[in-house]
Amino acid sequence: MLRNRRKDALVAAVLVAPFLAIYLLVFVWPTIQMFGISFTDARLIGSGEWVGLDNYTRLASDPRFKTAVWNTAYFVLLTVLPGTVIALLIALGVSRLTGRLQAAILALFFLPYILPVSVVYLIWDWVLNFQFGILMHVFDLLGLDRIPITKSRTWFMPAVGIVTIWWTAGFSILLFLAGLRSIPAEIYEAAALDNASRWTTFRRITWPLLWPVTTLVFTIQLIAQLKIFDQVYLFSQGGRPNDNMVLVYYVFQRAFQQDQGGRAAAVAVTLFVLVIVVSVLQFQLLRLAGGRK
Amino acid sequence: MTATGMQRANFWGGVITGLTLLFALVWAFPLYWGIVSSLKPEDEVVRPFIELWPDTLTFQHYVHALTSTQIGAWYLNSVAVAVGVTVITILSSMLCGYALSQLRFPGRNLLWWLILASFMVPTQALIINHFVLVSQLGLINTWAGIMLPQLIHPVIIIVYKQFFDQVPKDFREAAVMDNAGEFRILFKIYLPMNWGVTTALSIVTFIWTWNAFLWPFLSVTRTAMMTMPVGITQVNDAFGVYYARQLAAAVLAGLPVAVAYLLFQRKVTEAITLSAGIKG
Repeated sequence: MLRNRRKDALVAAVLVAPFLAIYLLVFVWPTIQMFGISFTDARLIGSGEWVGLDNYTRLASDPRFKTAVWNTAYFVLLTVLPGTVIALLIALGVSRLTGRLQAAILALFFLPYILPVSVVYLIWDWVLNFQFGILMHVFDLLGLDRIPITKSRTWFMPAVGIVTIWWTAGFSILLFLAGLRSIPAEIYEAAALDNASRWTTFRRITWPLLWPVTTLVFTIQLIAQLKIFDQVYLFSQGGRPNDNMVLVYYVFQRAFQQDQGGRAAAVAVTLFVLVIVVSVLQFQLLRLAGGRK
Repeated sequence: MTATGMQRANFWGGVITGLTLLFALVWAFPLYWGIVSSLKPEDEVVRPFIELWPDTLTFQHYVHALTSTQIGAWYLNSVAVAVGVTVITILSSMLCGYALSQLRFPGRNLLWWLILASFMVPTQALIINHFVLVSQLGLINTWAGIMLPQLIHPVIIIVYKQFFDQVPKDFREAAVMDNAGEFRILFKIYLPMNWGVTTALSIVTFIWTWNAFLWPFLSVTRTAMMTMPVGITQVNDAFGVYYARQLAAAVLAGLPVAVAYLLFQRKVTEAITLSAGIKG
């Protein structure tokens, strides 16, 4: 028995080793290093002098950092709740269909999600194009003034928010559909026998039974959108990146465009801590909410 | 339910279904519009009105993209990186998931905790030190450099552990009686019994890696080493302000994953719901 356990441990070590090596190399080590250089004035490559909390205290009075925090929060507000609601509505619609029709319609909603972000960007940049975009033709037909959407301070974030919802809704729709399928048909049959209206059925049955999935979708979206970068970067090309600044973009700008690894790391640590705090809070809140029921 | 009540329910049900279908078409329209525009001659694309079908159908932009740009190289890079990441990630996750599921060893709980905790880690925050690491290893502008930080998807380990947990213990006990080693048990029993989930996870890992933008964008500075999604946005001079050409490149970049999805629709949706922690 003892020998067996020893053998087990040895085999386990071999099995776990590849993953653990990668994990230490690309997760743990960079995380430690990130904290380390955030207290120095290092450039992107190479070490720097110890500067204590300087990089952090400078953030407090850094207007671009404030813009980044504000825009990230704004983007979360624009995408998370609206995205969850839209995905739920679509899933409710799709769940009524059956067979091949359902598969086809689901595919239409889901396709954007499996495309690379740059493809999504190119398609929408073309749709929104100020001179030739089809949306501007529609604006003309409706008698609206054309808007240079990706160059506009007001419309940039809402537009990128809509594109993001369009791009990622497929994922949430899938989760909602899985949740809807797991609700037993008998419950609906019983409700139909009771002559329950469509709205009552939704409010009394679907909504409460779907609640765990709803919170899951909401949480995943919230954490994903805090880490927004790609779309904002791409749509800002040739536009106003400094007005559209978000947290990850700021890390990128400080580190890769201004060669200030230390100051960039301070922003990265802020983001890192923010995401972890939000994750833990979410988890605790969900647990509390679950416990009360 | 009364007859009129039934009729009313059918009527509103029909309206909801109709709206769903209509909304699906509107939703997919930008995709259609991108593809159609890429099939029009450049002068037709910029006409000041909406034409839902090309007057002159042309594949010239595709020919141009494939022959006069580095798209061939980008394709190769994307395929190499996506295949490499998929093989390494699936294999290392499967081994680790098997150990967690079937073996008792010191540090097992710690490892499990580490994997769960890593869900919270925003890899976007690590880009600076990933760059430092990869350049210290001399891997900037190489496939290995693009792959390295992408080799971890902790969720795959968790999915594997769940599936391995469900394999009846009798199989393992019988194999142990036959003196089979753990590797043989894994590859002769546990893996074959879980081919379905393995292919599903492989397809989505391939799609995730193919689509990755931020890291491939940072770790490559040479045009010839770019992956497809990065290349089509970074090399403007290859396309200029030729909208149709750019869209043709976009279609070429999206095609492999779109085809993978359409061919393996059920596998992809299964893997994605599994990766979110929902049993399909």
